[in-house]
Amino acid sequence: MTAPTADRCLTFFRDRFGMDDRNLDRALGTALEREVDHADLFFEYSTQEAVSLEEGIVKSGDRHLEQGVGVRVQAGSRQGYAHSDEITVESLELAARTARAISEGSGAAAPARITSGARHDLYPVERAPTDVPVDAKVDLLSAIDAYARSLDPRVDQVMASVVSQHRQLLLAASDGTLVGDVQPLVRLNVQVIAADGDRRELGYEGAGGRYELERLLDPELWQARVREAVRVATLNLDAEPCPAGTMDVVLGPGWSGVLLHEAVGHGLEGDFNRKGVSAFSGRVGERVASEGVTVIDDGTLAERRGSLNVDDEGTPTRRTVLIEDGILVGYLQDRLNARLMGTESTGNGRRESYAHVPMPRMTNTFMLAGQEAPEDVVRSVDRGLYIASFGGGQVDITSGKFVFSATEAYRIEDGRLGAPVKGASLIGNGPDVLTRVSRIGNDLALDLGIGTCGKDGQGVPVGVGLPTIRVDQVTVGGTQG
Amino acid sequence: MSSAAPGSEPLERALARVRRAGADAADALLVDSTSVEVRVRDDEIDVVKQARERTLGIRALVRGSTGLRSALTSTSDLSDATVDRMADETAALARATAEDPAAGLPEGGFAEDAPDLALLDPADAALDVEARIDAARRAEAAARALDPRISNSEGSGANSDTTRVVYGNSEGFLAAYEGATHGIYSMPVAVENGAMQVDWWTSVARSWAALEDPEAVGRRAAERALRRLGAQQAPTCEVPVIFEASVARSLVSHVAACVTGGAVYRGTSFLADRLGDPIASPQVRLIDDGRLPGGLGSRPFDGEGLPTRRTVVIDDGRLASWLLDSYSGRKLALASTGNATRGVGSAPSAGPGNFWLEPGDASLDEMVADTPRGLLVTYLFGHGFNPVTGDFSRGAAGMWIEDGRPTHPVEEITIAGNLGDMLMGIDAVGNDLLWQGRTAAPSVRIGRMTVGGA
Repeated sequence: MTAPTADRCLTFFRDRFGMDDRNLDRALGTALEREVDHADLFFEYSTQEAVSLEEGIVKSGDRHLEQGVGVRVQAGSRQGYAHSDEITVESLELAARTARAISEGSGAAAPARITSGARHDLYPVERAPTDVPVDAKVDLLSAIDAYARSLDPRVDQVMASVVSQHRQLLLAASDGTLVGDVQPLVRLNVQVIAADGDRRELGYEGAGGRYELERLLDPELWQARVREAVRVATLNLDAEPCPAGTMDVVLGPGWSGVLLHEAVGHGLEGDFNRKGVSAFSGRVGERVASEGVTVIDDGTLAERRGSLNVDDEGTPTRRTVLIEDGILVGYLQDRLNARLMGTESTGNGRRESYAHVPMPRMTNTFMLAGQEAPEDVVRSVDRGLYIASFGGGQVDITSGKFVFSATEAYRIEDGRLGAPVKGASLIGNGPDVLTRVSRIGNDLALDLGIGTCGKDGQGVPVGVGLPTIRVDQVTVGGTQG
Repeated sequence: MSSAAPGSEPLERALARVRRAGADAADALLVDSTSVEVRVRDDEIDVVKQARERTLGIRALVRGSTGLRSALTSTSDLSDATVDRMADETAALARATAEDPAAGLPEGGFAEDAPDLALLDPADAALDVEARIDAARRAEAAARALDPRISNSEGSGANSDTTRVVYGNSEGFLAAYEGATHGIYSMPVAVENGAMQVDWWTSVARSWAALEDPEAVGRRAAERALRRLGAQQAPTCEVPVIFEASVARSLVSHVAACVTGGAVYRGTSFLADRLGDPIASPQVRLIDDGRLPGGLGSRPFDGEGLPTRRTVVIDDGRLASWLLDSYSGRKLALASTGNATRGVGSAPSAGPGNFWLEPGDASLDEMVADTPRGLLVTYLFGHGFNPVTGDFSRGAAGMWIEDGRPTHPVEEITIAGNLGDMLMGIDAVGNDLLWQGRTAAPSVRIGRMTVGGA
């Protein structure tokens, strides 16, 4: 069954750009005149709007219209890609000829033509977030500024923005896939700088997802985020420098799932494993985590920032188990790497835009909950570090080493949270770190919709999640030796 | 500067339309680029990617009683109907924002000269995709031929971007320039005893002829990957830390983020109230120059049409100047330094042109020999830098130094400190300035940092 949003998308590209079945077939036919394994056309028409506040006033609004088409041809492990910001029959023909140049032999296959089958409808919205009048967004930002300043006299600077996106896609492929999708995405960002004497500290909070923009206007939602940003900024005014060395660490629930994303998620992407350059290459069936650790990537969660009805190759997204009770069971695949590894796409072929070649990417990646109360997990540590939230992270896929930076952390002393510390980073080895997980809380939470993952210069929205966990003997970077 | 700017019709149309729609002042940017990107892996082509794109950015400024309201739009659909619609939307969007006394175009002083900055080699127009594939193959083959332990790779590639930038504003300034960026890179994987290490090397230049030989790029990358094999964790300690030029560059980028006007007037830089103060060791001299011939950040005028120029930012350790656009200049009661950077989808903001740490006298080998016990960092990763506080804590890999000699590779360590202390702690600056982008540095040594490890 095709969802109504997908139908609207097909109609949009047909009516606006003349991309009917005949023109799509003709372009695919041009791509297929050589000996190729697969060809696809990816059309995009998207609007993005951002309104931002600083120094107490909404200084700017911006709105961007991006349109274009990417044509891809695959032959063996080779890929040819050409893209254009003109969506016309002529530019499409030229792109198809350019893309097919990676193949020498002649094939002259005819494209199959069927409309795609089952797919999800995870983020229906009544009104595109970019169609909500800008005044509502301006009023929200002004209210955020006033509220933040009312919470604590040490609030010195408030920077906030509302970003909304409306993306219409159409994917036609030589195997008969023809699928459209309409993808809304909204995000609220709140940054607070607190000042006290010589010290200045930053607190960042945000929220978002694939839902109506109106939801961000709910005071219950945005006031909670503002309180958090103010709390973290003022907390860090009193934070001590973080100790360095190896210690037991407890990670709080939610956004701390960025640990999974960096430490194991990237290493399980199909391209790195097909090439054998991941520290996880060839390790399916082996123990890579403690008993009780199950890690999932799930692109089908309703309204989540990392979710998609279909990936950017037209494959419906799904729930993929990566690690089951500590054993590595699966990789994340796009079409190319699945074909070359003799398996099927897991619906993880994603691209930043029509101007980018798809790659295996994560969607929402999280660890399932365990049995323990979170307080008991903290109480089990004599001396160590509790990390409530993180900034960004990065991984070296090949050596498996990952690093990421804490934005809110505390010492643990005698099983209780002690003084806040700042400037902490964690470093470790991906295939090893989850084998040190010794306790898993019952409080799985997903993040609030703020993650963007970068790979090979392409950014895509993602989600992460984690219950409270204890990880034994992790290397912590700080300034106190 | 020449007002003849071929292909600028959509820009001129947008400027006229946005004024009619009620903008009291406006500017626009048109970026027209073609790109070729290839990657090979072992003896197979991995990907060949080609494109041409044209995008228009429009900024509208609408006068109020206390200042200007502003908004920005961009579109990659340059049809007359869409350009008109976006121009109208820009003016409408501007009316929804607040009046800002500091907003506005520069008060004159637009670029009048057209210096030859060697941004493009006309001979490169004749290069085809095959030339790039050939270069990528040569880099890949050289990396794999260096040592049998280089038995895998993430590939080697070559790419070229040629971009024409047209900028115009309601003060009557209209000018264009064209530039190219070419690059070759290699990412070989070294394998020994079941352990793998990747590293990379790249050469980037404005002309194809100025690139390092593909073989040299591949070999250098392979040497770097081999050097990481057998790495151990270093102990947690405080030691002198040498940053090799390729990673010292990121320290310079951190400084750049803290001396640009936006961070200064917002108070999001730990250096915000330090202008004129000694903030680094006397050996530190940091220069910004938007007109360095062949520089990867060079351009004749900035994102507001002002002439680019040379600015000494840190002069023998003293913080001598910010990098400013006209807006941050007004906020700080200073003149623009011609450092407005602007993409089609973003308003002007201050940023570096070519920004580098002036080289000193010592070779990297001499710096290592002069370090009884310490760490040579060759790989940095993670995002652990906070410009508000200067706190720095990032993941690293490199070589351990004992008795002035590199003894063994180390990894899975962090190095931490505060950028303010790190700048003051620089006690040696190398002579090996390396350009791989618009910010650059030679190798530097910092007297003492905290290493987090075993």
